[in-house]
Amino acid sequence: MRKPATALSCLFLIGPLVAFLVLVYVVPFLGVAEWSVTLPTPGVTQYEKLAADPLVFSVFVRTFRICLTVTVATVIAAYAIAYVWVRGTPLQRRIAELCILIPFWISVLTRAFGWLALLSSRGLINTWLIDLGVLGEPLTLVRNELGVVIGMTHYLVPFAVFPLASAMRSLDERIFLAARGMGASRLRIFWSIFVPMTFSGIIGAALIVFVFALGFFVTPAILGGGRSIMVAELIYLRMFQSPDWGLGAAISVTLVVIVGGLLALLFRYARLGNSGLVQ
Amino acid sequence: MTAYRPGPIALAAAILIAIFLLMPLLAVVPISFTPARYLSMPRGSLSLVHYRELFENPDWAQSFFLSIRIGVVSSLAATTLATLFALGIWMFRPRFSAALVGFVLLPMIVPPVVSAMTLYFLLTALSQATGFVGYDTWLGVVLAHVVMIVPFAVVLILVALGQVDRRIDLAARGMGAGVVQRAFRIILPNIKFGLLTAALLSFVLSWEEIGVTLFITSVNAITLPRLMWSGVHDNIDPAIAAISVILIVVTTVILVARMIFAGPSQEKH
Repeated sequence: MRKPATALSCLFLIGPLVAFLVLVYVVPFLGVAEWSVTLPTPGVTQYEKLAADPLVFSVFVRTFRICLTVTVATVIAAYAIAYVWVRGTPLQRRIAELCILIPFWISVLTRAFGWLALLSSRGLINTWLIDLGVLGEPLTLVRNELGVVIGMTHYLVPFAVFPLASAMRSLDERIFLAARGMGASRLRIFWSIFVPMTFSGIIGAALIVFVFALGFFVTPAILGGGRSIMVAELIYLRMFQSPDWGLGAAISVTLVVIVGGLLALLFRYARLGNSGLVQ
Repeated sequence: MTAYRPGPIALAAAILIAIFLLMPLLAVVPISFTPARYLSMPRGSLSLVHYRELFENPDWAQSFFLSIRIGVVSSLAATTLATLFALGIWMFRPRFSAALVGFVLLPMIVPPVVSAMTLYFLLTALSQATGFVGYDTWLGVVLAHVVMIVPFAVVLILVALGQVDRRIDLAARGMGAGVVQRAFRIILPNIKFGLLTAALLSFVLSWEEIGVTLFITSVNAITLPRLMWSGVHDNIDPAIAAISVILIVVTTVILVARMIFAGPSQEKH
């Protein structure tokens, strides 16, 4: 049906990026997958280790626990700010947008450091509380799981805001007018109409946040202080401290499989495949 | 958008979250003026000693210029690849468009640590073939950064293309304009602000990238975030607070300027 010239120019436009990513991303990933079954010796020993080694297993369990906590906290926080970003007055919307976008574009490292400046024993919060006489000893707010959860939630809120805001924007304004006209209170409209109708956005945001949280490295490494190691940090340590590339590769492959499964769920239930990017 | 505005409870919740989002960015400001050598609040006296350190220690300047070079090259390469791809998707709407877009977004979705391991594999393999583009070289970092930032550029350019009226392209086509003419004379001029934004934000992403850079550099290609990482991870150096303040101020200025020029973004993502 198409003219060959059209097909050719289409290929010329789309081809370079696709070819580039296949060559520098897909093929090397297959190499990593190969490492996972060949290093140090051929076989599936690394995967057995993942399932059986209590240390490795406990890191996976901790990662899932932290990711779940972070996901719940992030989605609630993102819902509150996305709500004002979408439904607020023009001024409120501008302020909300800046509060979402400024942290979004600031490096993960700077943001983790900001939390260190706030939460560490000589940080802002402890200094204030001690100066005010509320505390004698500084609280341990960081270099533990609490610090990791705070830092990761902070990092992930903007990522959850985008799908939530797009679900909120797609609602038909007339529904609220109708509900108002029937005498529903503001709270009633929110709980009985707004939240249920944005449920696909909530599921989408939760899955995106969980997926992003799973492979997170910088924030846990800085705010966890090496005490609450997550999967990604385990890969780093296995690669650079006790060279064990096979295990690092096996964990990488496992992560990709988990993420792939979660994304399949996302496309099935949240119907984000039609997010408006392809028109 | 008038019937249903956020009430006082929603506003209070949003204000708390806004404070939560901005707090760590503000916290580094007082810390950066401490006269002490360790991370602490300045008590009584303020000092610029940590800002001076940034200018006096040549490591910072070296990393600064390396990051700029890597950022400019990566951003140009990523924006070019992303523009071609997005144009192809928009103009021809090939079959499997959604799958193709999904495919190029992979590096954004795959856990960064897996991307880091993958790029480590690639660059160590390349190192054996050539010393030019490989592990711990600046071109190696560029290659890795292009992979990591190209999905963001694609999203931004597709969003920009989404605002273009298809009828002007159809008109051009009806008048006999070829693909190249339509792209350069009709479509690209209409999204030039989007392209500029994509290039600028690609630069910012490369400039700040640490998750992957950490895995593929050791002593030669120390970017600014890589240098900051050593300052945060090994010993907490207050110079990090000074550089953080500078980065936060610059990013904020860019975003506010962009918002003033473009108006509030209506339909994002």
